[in-house]
Amino acid sequence: MNLMKDRLLLIIFACVVLAAPLIFAPTGAAYPDLLQRFAIYGIFAIGFNILFGLTGYLSFGHAAFLGVGSYSAVWMFKLLSMNIVPALLLSIVIAGVFSLLIGYISLRRSGIYFSILTLALAQMCYNLAYSVLTPLTNGETGLQLRLDDPRILDAAGDAGSLPSTNFFGLEMKEVFWNPTIFGYDLQFNWGYYVCALLLILSFWISIRIFRSPFGLILRAVKTNQTRLNYTGINSRPYTLAAFVISGMFAGLAGGLLATMDPLAGAERMQWTVGGEVVLMVVLGGMGTLSGPVLGAVFIKYFENIFSKINDGVLHGWFAIMPEWIENAMVLIVSPFVGKGWHLTLGALFMIVVIFLPGGLVEGAQKIGAKLSGANKRAAKVGIE
Amino acid sequence: MGILEVQNVNKRFGGLQALNNVNLSVTEGSVHALIGPNGAGKSTFLNCLIGKLKPDTGSVMFDGKPVLGKKPHEINQLGVSRVFQTPEIFSDLTVFENVMIPCFAHRDGAFKVNAFARVLRDKEIRQQAEHMLEDMGMKDKMNAHAGSLSRGDKRRLEMAMCLVQEPKLLLLDEPTAGMARADTNNTIDLLKHIGETRNITKVIIEHDMHVVFSLATTISVLAQGTIIAEGLPEEIKGHPKVREAYLGEAEV
Repeated sequence: MNLMKDRLLLIIFACVVLAAPLIFAPTGAAYPDLLQRFAIYGIFAIGFNILFGLTGYLSFGHAAFLGVGSYSAVWMFKLLSMNIVPALLLSIVIAGVFSLLIGYISLRRSGIYFSILTLALAQMCYNLAYSVLTPLTNGETGLQLRLDDPRILDAAGDAGSLPSTNFFGLEMKEVFWNPTIFGYDLQFNWGYYVCALLLILSFWISIRIFRSPFGLILRAVKTNQTRLNYTGINSRPYTLAAFVISGMFAGLAGGLLATMDPLAGAERMQWTVGGEVVLMVVLGGMGTLSGPVLGAVFIKYFENIFSKINDGVLHGWFAIMPEWIENAMVLIVSPFVGKGWHLTLGALFMIVVIFLPGGLVEGAQKIGAKLSGANKRAAKVGIE
Repeated sequence: MGILEVQNVNKRFGGLQALNNVNLSVTEGSVHALIGPNGAGKSTFLNCLIGKLKPDTGSVMFDGKPVLGKKPHEINQLGVSRVFQTPEIFSDLTVFENVMIPCFAHRDGAFKVNAFARVLRDKEIRQQAEHMLEDMGMKDKMNAHAGSLSRGDKRRLEMAMCLVQEPKLLLLDEPTAGMARADTNNTIDLLKHIGETRNITKVIIEHDMHVVFSLATTISVLAQGTIIAEGLPEEIKGHPKVREAYLGEAEV
């Protein structure tokens, strides 16, 4: 029963992800760069949810793993090959090592002290990347590709221009299909589909973890750690394992960011990035399977599309009204769009936290339950 | 030699000698009650047994193995389960999940990453948990949220979670504290039922004399950090020292 539902959820999810260039076309978000960001931050949030959603340990330090992942990937591009596979593998491994270290230290405490420790350690990584570790990170300029990088595996063929990232010859940036459907000019590129497949894989892994004994025990950590310890379970290695798994997901996301654009800067490790993933998970619905991806898409959409709505666009929207209403409407709405998109996001976040503690997923469940007239509990089980 | 051997345990909190040379021997299969007036050191003593506190001196042997300095989960893995004063359960999970977790702990040990197994496909664990819930008369509440149970049911669930691990020793810390008389009697019946079906040694810390005299086979009386009397229930009832320290006040 439950198994069937999970399978159905995975299939629906996969269909939506694979058809995203078409689905997002009417929203104006269907360009490869943004879709790729949706998928990458979706992976980041899925991983974060394994720690935060299941165990309740709130880490503010996951930006560090994202940054570490990016740096590792770029180093791999510089030294070994422009193929993304070794780069992503190294990102995951190095982020795993970092999260093992940071997790081992931070998990000695719980609650707010844990959060502060992760924040402090991540901030330390950020500052180190700017200062002492400049030989590795290239400081403020950021780590970039150069023509004279060794790239051992790639034949030293393409002189003159920087090579681009590829997946066994498929160039990430290459648009392989450019049809016009329903009047929308669609772009299908390899980069997005690499990210999309990894997103589906991550989603599948997260379903498996949620339904496993390991996941059950992580949920038990959140509700009553005392009982868990007196039940004969050592909670520390469980939380550490969850921390490392989520750190590795963050590393993968960081590596993928570097495959989009082979450039890694320390700003990716800043605490605001770590805060953003918290927002994504809470907004989407912590502890739910699809919530984190939903949250990630939502926030990235706001950041990239909503922030581009300026007064000119607004005047266009309200043009049918009499001029004085038009001007008044633009005056009212303009602080909430364009540069003020954070204001809308903040308000939305407050509304979600106050009225829908289960995030957007809970909202969707409530609407679904009302529409179908089915009782609330059945709907809840259905979407979870 | 009993299953639990406590020798010369001392514990000091600053100027207070909470436990003063406590010796206790619990024989296998018995129901050993530990009673005493408020502040006698009962809880301190229990916390020393389960690894929450470390006594200053002395030794605690369980089943021939020293347990002092061990962590709670290690002591549980040796075969000691504990029922708390207020039921400690996983209130966000379902009743069924609550009982499955101790099953996993019993089978897989203190740590095992089985992140790709499926809980619902694990027949062995499911059956264990279902049997236990059936035995406790809670099968109809299997899918209920543990947090929404009544207090009596929470106690029952906690008991189920301890028993499903087939412990050698069950520690009960005031299992009827704050309960109405009817609930208390239910708990007594439950414990009697457990005693009939399983051979588990129990140590009960209790205030309520009614509970103690209905269940215990041996009673130790703790007052001001020392054991002042030990014996069968009838002996304890008439013991002058005990009357003076404890029962005397209660039965004026």
